[in-house]
Amino acid sequence: MIRLQDLVRISDTEWEIPRSYRSDMRVPVRIFATRRLLEEVTRDKSLEQAVNAATLPGLVGRVLVMPDMHQGYGFPIGGVAATRYPDGVISPGAIGYDINCGVRLLGSQIEYEEAEPYLDSLASALDAHCPSGVGVKGAVRVEDAELNRICREGAQWALKKGYATEMDVRRTEEGGRLDGADPTKISPRARERGRVQVGSLGAGNHFIEVDMVDEIFDPHAAEVMGLRRGALAVQIHCGSRGLGHQVCSDYVRTFQGAVRRYGIRLPDRELVCAPLDSPEGRDYLAAMRAAANFAFVNRQVLAHQVRLAFEQALAGKVRNWHLHQVYDIAHNMGKIEWHEVDGKRLRVCVHRKGATRAFGPGSRELPPEYREIGQPVIIPGSMGTASWVLVGTAESMVRSFGSTCHGAGRVMSRRQAKKSVRGDALRERLESRGIHVRAGSMPGLAEEAPQAYKDVDEVVETVSRAGIARKVARLRPVAVVKG
Amino acid sequence: MSYREIEHTADWALEVTAPDEASLLTEAARGMYALAGTRLAPVPSLSRRLELSAPDLEGLLVRFLEELLYLSESEGAAFDAFSLRVEFAGDEWHLHADLGGAPIEGMNKEIKAVTWHNLRVRRTPRGLHTVLVFDV
Repeated sequence: MIRLQDLVRISDTEWEIPRSYRSDMRVPVRIFATRRLLEEVTRDKSLEQAVNAATLPGLVGRVLVMPDMHQGYGFPIGGVAATRYPDGVISPGAIGYDINCGVRLLGSQIEYEEAEPYLDSLASALDAHCPSGVGVKGAVRVEDAELNRICREGAQWALKKGYATEMDVRRTEEGGRLDGADPTKISPRARERGRVQVGSLGAGNHFIEVDMVDEIFDPHAAEVMGLRRGALAVQIHCGSRGLGHQVCSDYVRTFQGAVRRYGIRLPDRELVCAPLDSPEGRDYLAAMRAAANFAFVNRQVLAHQVRLAFEQALAGKVRNWHLHQVYDIAHNMGKIEWHEVDGKRLRVCVHRKGATRAFGPGSRELPPEYREIGQPVIIPGSMGTASWVLVGTAESMVRSFGSTCHGAGRVMSRRQAKKSVRGDALRERLESRGIHVRAGSMPGLAEEAPQAYKDVDEVVETVSRAGIARKVARLRPVAVVKG
Repeated sequence: MSYREIEHTADWALEVTAPDEASLLTEAARGMYALAGTRLAPVPSLSRRLELSAPDLEGLLVRFLEELLYLSESEGAAFDAFSLRVEFAGDEWHLHADLGGAPIEGMNKEIKAVTWHNLRVRRTPRGLHTVLVFDV
């Protein structure tokens, strides 16, 4: 177990585990956290997992860990690692089973006061229009050829089919389409699972949440994003569903043999990897991109369904029920990007698992309207607590491979949460605070109780003080749909 | 022969002990269904036969559980009767499984994947022992 005294304090919000801590580390680990958050994670295996991640071949700079870190499997949640392209490795487990799990934020001109009498019927309409829960099929079912187009074209497919606007696509990370996606690299089983899950939320910690913009910290950036204090906004949190889970499972299994072939020794079998320029590495990258494009389409179709629900519940009752896209970001992804490392500009594969891309102002990857303010970053809180809208900074480009945190981060196990919270009692508490809840499973709801998570405000304050993101707005939940 | 849920901050971890390989896989399957809160419909039973291979026992365990997850999602089927034979032959572990079960009536949670995180089957004086972590 790593102790606080094993860490070197860099500042109030940055700590380092030096490379000398363990002989198989290839780079140091840099942790963005306050002392209090750090003390919390020394109770689980987050830091040990970060040290294990630091053994991946071809790493550059440092392995980074965000303040919402918690123990995962193999790679810690909240971890960021960059490997040299093309001779470094790619590790499916360092991206996660839910490839391109992410969050979309839709803004509106709907004042909370004018919508308040209709929020309960809005929650019901969202629940009816957005398929959620264990084993539930998607809003759209597609044949094999159509699935290929989804995996190659991503959000462009949705645009052609009338599920997206041009603004939606433009305001999605990578324009909602990763180049180099190859659906022939995903297994028949992954395809079978994906064909019936387009436009489905799933279960677990995935949700659709209606929020009110509670406070603005950067009026100019908020105005550029179309966020106004007192207006409603919507978050959609989900990923690539069974298709992505299957892609990751298939390649983690395949890579068990690849590490033997390439003579790679690792402390944990979940970290298996292959060189980016090997046949196995290239195949996984192409399959992962196909799954990522599927996830962009999944969130886009759900956004379409959310708009239908808003129309059903609010048209004719509020002045303007329309929803505009603020941004859509991934927080489980592997991307080939350019970054400056030790004074040299390098092409690297950035693994982000439970970490969000947070590109700063001037980045060419951003839509023109956001180049001045930096990339919008959406940080969902736990159920019933605040969520945040941030922007990437010049500092994040230099110090964290253009990355920041992704959420509140768990602090309590699901088992403990279920023991200490009852799902129906939690729903009653949330309803009494004016939050309308639709949940598929009461035990599932209990596992996601706010006390199972860190304080999202503290997490955001930490990245803000560390300079790797800047606050724009805080959101307060008013309706939640959970699978 | 037993399984029990153990603490894990984000996901689910299951400790399994069993006297032999076949019962280890059986207990792991029962534990996984219990974690997901899988309930079988009271209708005439269904059966499946599986033939799986892997280079090591850990790999066979993951493959077997992945297969059950796939059958849960694609066919809505789960199993509560297990007749398993596990053997090592020709440099590989092989599983022959006859499963009896029923359509799934309901589940509390979705398991995304069976992970390989620190996965190792150990031989102890009390039999085989392993800890599985599931992504949920």
